Amino acid sequence: MTRSIMIMKLLTFAPSINMKFIYQSWWKVLTVIVIFYTLIAGMLIGVPKLPIVHETIRNTYFHVPMWMAMFTVFTISVFYSIKYLNTGKEEYDLIAVECANTGLFFFVLGLVTGMLWAKYTWGEFWSNDPKQNSAAIAFLLYCAYSVLRNSIDEEQKRAKISAIYNIFAFPVMIVLIMILPRMTDSLHPGNGGNPAFGKLDLDNRMRMVLYPAFIAWSFMGIWIASVRYRIRLIEYKKNEN
Amino acid sequence: MKLVNETWHLFKKEILLEWRSKYAFNGVLLYVVSTVFVCYIAFNLTPGFKGSSSYPLVWNVLFWIIMLFASVNAIAKSFMQESKSRLLYYYSIASPQAIILSKTIYNILLMSLLSILALLAYLIFFTNELGDPLFYFLSVLLGSLSFSTVFTMISAIASKAGNNGTLMAILSFPVIIPVILVLIRLSKNAMDGIDRSFSYGNIGVLFAINAIVITTSLLLFPYLWRD
Repeated sequence: MTRSIMIMKLLTFAPSINMKFIYQSWWKVLTVIVIFYTLIAGMLIGVPKLPIVHETIRNTYFHVPMWMAMFTVFTISVFYSIKYLNTGKEEYDLIAVECANTGLFFFVLGLVTGMLWAKYTWGEFWSNDPKQNSAAIAFLLYCAYSVLRNSIDEEQKRAKISAIYNIFAFPVMIVLIMILPRMTDSLHPGNGGNPAFGKLDLDNRMRMVLYPAFIAWSFMGIWIASVRYRIRLIEYKKNEN
Repeated sequence: MKLVNETWHLFKKEILLEWRSKYAFNGVLLYVVSTVFVCYIAFNLTPGFKGSSSYPLVWNVLFWIIMLFASVNAIAKSFMQESKSRLLYYYSIASPQAIILSKTIYNILLMSLLSILALLAYLIFFTNELGDPLFYFLSVLLGSLSFSTVFTMISAIASKAGNNGTLMAILSFPVIIPVILVLIRLSKNAMDGIDRSFSYGNIGVLFAINAIVITTSLLLFPYLWRD
């Protein structure tokens, strides 16, 4: 009886308690179910017929959610970097670094899915497109973050300086990926007058798959990051004693 | 008001220190002039290159690359020359915002001077018709402003992480690449004499990047400098 009340309490307060949230399993189950739904529905449900892209438009379900997941974990990473600077708690630094690592992983996935799609629609894996170039530079930015981390031995100093660089890098990443490609002509959908999320290009059938995919892959990212964080935490506590 | 006062005094101190040694200024100036000269000689080794259509293009790109490395060299020093005890002294007399602001303003001044001199040196060796000289000059000034704001913050981070040059390059280049891309586009427009209204968007992006960088450095430096 008391246990079920406790679970009820946890469920209702889960998002606000935050740290309890990553130890629960209901959202992980939901994530997996929704991802399977998007995989199957993404392949089966009809799509609007657009010139040039044709059936490759289905890549939207797999390419764009990678970036959504990346943004989610990078945002969490910056949030915990700020929290680390304010409190100095080592755990927050561990969360920030593991979220950044997971973000890098989704970054690679986003680049690779985009490149595969580009091969079939643009003809080249890499066609010197502003969006691709910006994404590659932003990738360097986060690689620099991990190099910076490895270059400092002292733990607290490492945590502090990399937190500062993380916060510094985040707005630059936003400028690189969201703003600069829109300034120039790009082949990428959504830039330079190419079809994308506009009201006319994306019909309701696609929205039914795409939006759940955004949410599910974002939570997938959080899940991966949380597992990595928990491993890190165990290692950290082991080293402490 | 206190912040302005402190910034002003620290800024005067920076200029005074530089004026006494003239090390950073002369060193970087020599670096720029000799790089330009090496490029000039190297280009003349290839006959016919000077008259080709790609010559002005290379001219422009090369100018920004030379300025990029010159500014990395000039600004990397801004935190390395401070000894630990001197930083402790600043800590007791001034606010962190005043320190980073004074360094940034000083670097903007230094870089503007350097880039104007570099442009003059460039114009001696490479005779080229600028379509819109005033606008090119403006883009050079904007470039030195952006380089200074970005590199000052990065050099503060790099100096805390063991002061090595490699780290400075790794940390700053991803941040500076978008800036330099916008700058090259802007200065190319000015070189070709394209109507100015086409460049306002680029100038806006540069100001936005600078605003972001200055705000984040003001917010983050207080956390960075105390050990």
